[in-house]
Amino acid sequence: MPQVSAASEIFQETLALTRRLFLQLIRRPSTLVAGILQPLIWLILFGALFANAPEGLLPGGGSYGRFLGAGVIVFTAFSAALNAGLPVMFDREFGFLNRLLVAPLRSRASIVLASVIYITLLSLIQSLSIIIAAGFLGYGWPTLPGMLIVILVLSLLIFAVTALSLALAFSLPGHIELIAVIFISNLPLLFASTALAPLSFMPSWLSWFASINPLTFAIEPIRASYSNDFHLTDIVLVAPYGSLNSLTCIIILASLSLFLFIAVRPLLDRRLN
Amino acid sequence: MIELKHLSKTYGGGKHQPVKALNDLSLQVPEGMLYGILGPNGSGKTTCLRILCTLLAPDSGTVTVSGIDALTQPRQVRRLMGYVAQDVAIDKILTGRELLSFQADLYHLPSNKRDERISELIGLLDMGEWIDRRCGSYSGGMRRRIDLAAGLLHSPQLLVLDEPTVGLDIESRAVLWQVLGQLRDQGVTVVLSSHYLEEIDVLADRLAIFDSGSVIAEGTPTELKKALGGERVTLKVREFSDLQESARLRNLLLECPGVRDVVINKSQGYSLNLLVDTQDVSEVVRRHLKDQDVPVFSLTQSRPSLDDVYLQATGRTLMDAELAVAGLRDPKAERKQSM
Repeated sequence: MPQVSAASEIFQETLALTRRLFLQLIRRPSTLVAGILQPLIWLILFGALFANAPEGLLPGGGSYGRFLGAGVIVFTAFSAALNAGLPVMFDREFGFLNRLLVAPLRSRASIVLASVIYITLLSLIQSLSIIIAAGFLGYGWPTLPGMLIVILVLSLLIFAVTALSLALAFSLPGHIELIAVIFISNLPLLFASTALAPLSFMPSWLSWFASINPLTFAIEPIRASYSNDFHLTDIVLVAPYGSLNSLTCIIILASLSLFLFIAVRPLLDRRLN
Repeated sequence: MIELKHLSKTYGGGKHQPVKALNDLSLQVPEGMLYGILGPNGSGKTTCLRILCTLLAPDSGTVTVSGIDALTQPRQVRRLMGYVAQDVAIDKILTGRELLSFQADLYHLPSNKRDERISELIGLLDMGEWIDRRCGSYSGGMRRRIDLAAGLLHSPQLLVLDEPTVGLDIESRAVLWQVLGQLRDQGVTVVLSSHYLEEIDVLADRLAIFDSGSVIAEGTPTELKKALGGERVTLKVREFSDLQESARLRNLLLECPGVRDVVINKSQGYSLNLLVDTQDVSEVVRRHLKDQDVPVFSLTQSRPSLDDVYLQATGRTLMDAELAVAGLRDPKAERKQSM
């Protein structure tokens, strides 16, 4: 019986914490709107920039817009998840976190869990909006099984980045520093991935970097999932260290998010206890 | 109900000069009492209450609430306790009712009891008119009331309030005082910190006076004032005197029959606070000064106040102590400690 009541108490507190974050989002939707507008602008402008690129320029043929779609979808989820720590940081700074810490929460992991649920749903909503926008711009649609792969890959990437962002929110001194880290890491990680250009366009040093960039492991299976002839075991990344298929990319992403959650846990435990 | 034993806490170190916030502080609060903690800013009140509320761990010492060790079983203690912090943390985007409902879920109140309890508190704290407005539009008094309601949602046995009336309008202060009195009458133990003498004098059944992280006096307000004995005479020979003149007059007055002690009060233009034996000493003092050709700007006699208790123990008034720390505190470092 006590276990049942512990579970229901954790459910009650996590639900309340998540509901609060969504009420904030609904009443102050600028985060949601900006998180969709920015990648949409990327999609339209970057797509247009290379609209007249010579045919056959990209490996496997196809238009640049179609190539770009997967990169922008991943960028959308990545940017949103990178911001996961901001609400926590503001709660720390304004003293609202103390209100939570002085309450007899059954588990303070509820605070982290609520943030993960919130940011995963928000990132997925934003990414799905971009998938739909890309479809309407003529950049193609994923197949139905492909859509499941898209959601799985995005979720894994979101978990990994959320873990990092929450760890930063509990270790950096304030929101200025957190925003600075977000600002510095966001675009370089995008440029040093296969979001905007294939590995074959890059100098050797950059292709090495892009081949170990987690964004690349998310982008390539998603790009492949837009193909009508999609198989998990098809090679999607010809990296300098070897060729990877979609399944390997997904396993790498899953391992990374698991590793990050295990790695940041002691820090979160220390800050929350 | 509460037993704090030999608490010590030091902040800083490294880049910052270490600040000893609590220095072997011990305190006992009996059950069902409205207990006041009086002291100037920087005397360790907030640190002590944050430790009591399990938000901060002491460097050494023990904290027991209702027989439960707060350092090893913090969750059990949090269940018993409501805490109203000094800086009201409120979510501006939520309405007052939503905030209370959110807080009720953190205290695991069942949904049927939750709405009933919220309605009860809205009535008790007179919040009906504005409870469904967003918290961002609330005045300081409204915020403090909603915060008090949040602290009371789970009907705690112990309510801890850190300087709850700072910056409050008169109406909100009156509501707060009344509610605190009612809670005490219902058997709730209330611990309240303040640097307002009047507040502690009026409200508290017992009090501890803090200075530099230690308890320098403890008892009921009447006991403490009575222990000082005698009457107080405040003397000014001019509106603003100086230390040299006051020191000379102090020696002069100590020779006067019936004057037990004289303390120089720097914050009131170096006026002199005389501890006298009987009520008719004022006239004796006046004659003594006249004989020495010393003018009298003002001379008033009163019963001892809690400020006199503080003055007697530390050699300075509460206001002096506040002024002394005003320039020394580092708001940035303090904010970091509370994060």
